[in-house]
Amino acid sequence: MTIDAGTVTLRGDLVISTIESLSWAAAAQSGATTINLDAVGRFDTAGAWAVVELDRALSPQGRKATLAGATDLQAELLATIRDNMPDDGAPAAPRRTIAELLDTFGRRTAHSFGQAIAITGFLGQVVSTIAYLALHPRQVRWTAMFYHMQQVGLSAVPIVSLMAFLIGVVLAFQGAAQLRQFGAEVFVVDLIAISILRELGILLTAIIVAGRSGSAFTAAIGSMKMREEIDAMRTLGLDPVTILVVPRTLALIFMLPVLGVIANAAGLFGGALMSWIELGVSPGVFQIRFATNTDVWHFGVGMIKAPFFALIIGIIGCYQGMQVEGNAESLGRLTSLSVVLSIFLVITADALFSIFFAIVGV
Amino acid sequence: MPQDPIIRVRGLVTRFGTHTVHDGLDLDVMRGEIIGVVGGSGTGKSVLLQSIVGLLKPASGQITVFGQSVRDTSDHDYRELRKRWGVMFQDGALFSSLNVQQNVEAPMREQLDLRAETRTALARIKIRMVGLHEDAFDKLPAELSGGMRKRAGFARAIALDPEIVFLDEPTAGLDPIGAAAFDKLIAQLRATLGLTVFLVTHDLDSLHAICDRIAVIAEKRVIATGTMAEMQEVDHPWVAAYFKGPRARAALAQKDIA
Repeated sequence: MTIDAGTVTLRGDLVISTIESLSWAAAAQSGATTINLDAVGRFDTAGAWAVVELDRALSPQGRKATLAGATDLQAELLATIRDNMPDDGAPAAPRRTIAELLDTFGRRTAHSFGQAIAITGFLGQVVSTIAYLALHPRQVRWTAMFYHMQQVGLSAVPIVSLMAFLIGVVLAFQGAAQLRQFGAEVFVVDLIAISILRELGILLTAIIVAGRSGSAFTAAIGSMKMREEIDAMRTLGLDPVTILVVPRTLALIFMLPVLGVIANAAGLFGGALMSWIELGVSPGVFQIRFATNTDVWHFGVGMIKAPFFALIIGIIGCYQGMQVEGNAESLGRLTSLSVVLSIFLVITADALFSIFFAIVGV
Repeated sequence: MPQDPIIRVRGLVTRFGTHTVHDGLDLDVMRGEIIGVVGGSGTGKSVLLQSIVGLLKPASGQITVFGQSVRDTSDHDYRELRKRWGVMFQDGALFSSLNVQQNVEAPMREQLDLRAETRTALARIKIRMVGLHEDAFDKLPAELSGGMRKRAGFARAIALDPEIVFLDEPTAGLDPIGAAAFDKLIAQLRATLGLTVFLVTHDLDSLHAICDRIAVIAEKRVIATGTMAEMQEVDHPWVAAYFKGPRARAALAQKDIA
């Protein structure tokens, strides 16, 4: 760029990769009134934009700078750009005041309560649909239900049993270190049996299933929502709750207790194995002590909780899937929310059950 | 005027499993022209587009763009090559978590080192150039209509002032007025930006209105290329049915009136 006798002459390529090096300050100060494009090489929209900006810089009070040496094509491009210049300076985002922060906090809190009410409403809808289907079993989607039973149940057996086995091993190992100090090694059987049957077996299974199947429910239903499949179902007179939510929820309600039993067995096996290796409690002793000392209600307490956990995971997973909007980000956000929320609610329910069982004394 | 083809496809063979889509397909695209690629559904028009831009590896054949092979090139050369073309997919394929302006800025952000203000200004000009209103700058793709998504996709395709733009059915699913406006937009930008346009389309009106040349894909290869008038003379049952059917006659008649 050279400035000479009221004319700004531009040289070389004016393209998107070169315009950043140009500055119009000197040109604007010189008071030049003509822009010469004679020596310009390649010229693209970014270059045209730069020329329009220069033109503006040279004509502060509506004085029009003269353009010289532009080819027809360049002139046409300049005209196009000039027509499409956006209005100046979008307003910068205003600083957030304390009042606004409080406002956001309030809105989020209200939103959470609204969510709680909406989830309860969804629960009611699902339960009433299940009740209706109990009276009209022909309308149940059996194929879908058995498919989901396989997905959430059978396919989860390896990971659930491995997890429970390791928990049994850890309990025996940790318990052994403490109990050996009192010479009370044999009590490790009670420790393992009670903690696994009552709490850990079913709770950890529910957490794994929430991570595995709850997220899958949200993702599957959410992507159907994104592709308007849910709307398509509604227009065909098909009820998405009957078709999508009930089979998944029922599959979980049937399969989670089964997975719980498997987890219990694997956990006890792991515990017994470790007790034998670490404490010398032989499998025979373990079995006798387990059979005589462990109340069957410990098992019962664990199993009673299973269907409730399953309902929580199923409802949350499907509900969040239904909330997905048109973009991929909301799908991801809601999938992770679904897992976090269902694990949180499972643990909350577990705590409530503990209080309840303490009161009724089992 | 004699010139080298900007895109040159020779003996392209594409297979999916045992299904052969292209078998020895040849095509030349000249600099500055708008070429319309037509063919029945499933004849591999979009597949051809994907092969040319390097998204699909063909089984065999030569594809050169700007005289450079797309297939046998280093990552670096391919990256340089990619800066010189823009692709608009069916339905825009906008990034759904970014707003329109961020979508158009995305290629500039990746490929060039520009100041934020420059990028914003250029992106906004591009969005206005494709005929979107300023309200659309900070809208998410999910909040746009189908036609607006296509326009935004086009704005993203021309963000870097490419030499070639590939458009996959730009007017499909638009109302006739919107489609005509889009055709006009393509022609206008071709004139001002000197684009070469590779247009995959079913739209006879588009072919009439803006295409310099038409390439017909059938029987796994390009069976005919030429202007609209030349297409009327081609002696092939599919071409005859396509260009002499009732819709084609309607499109022709419309052009005569106009």
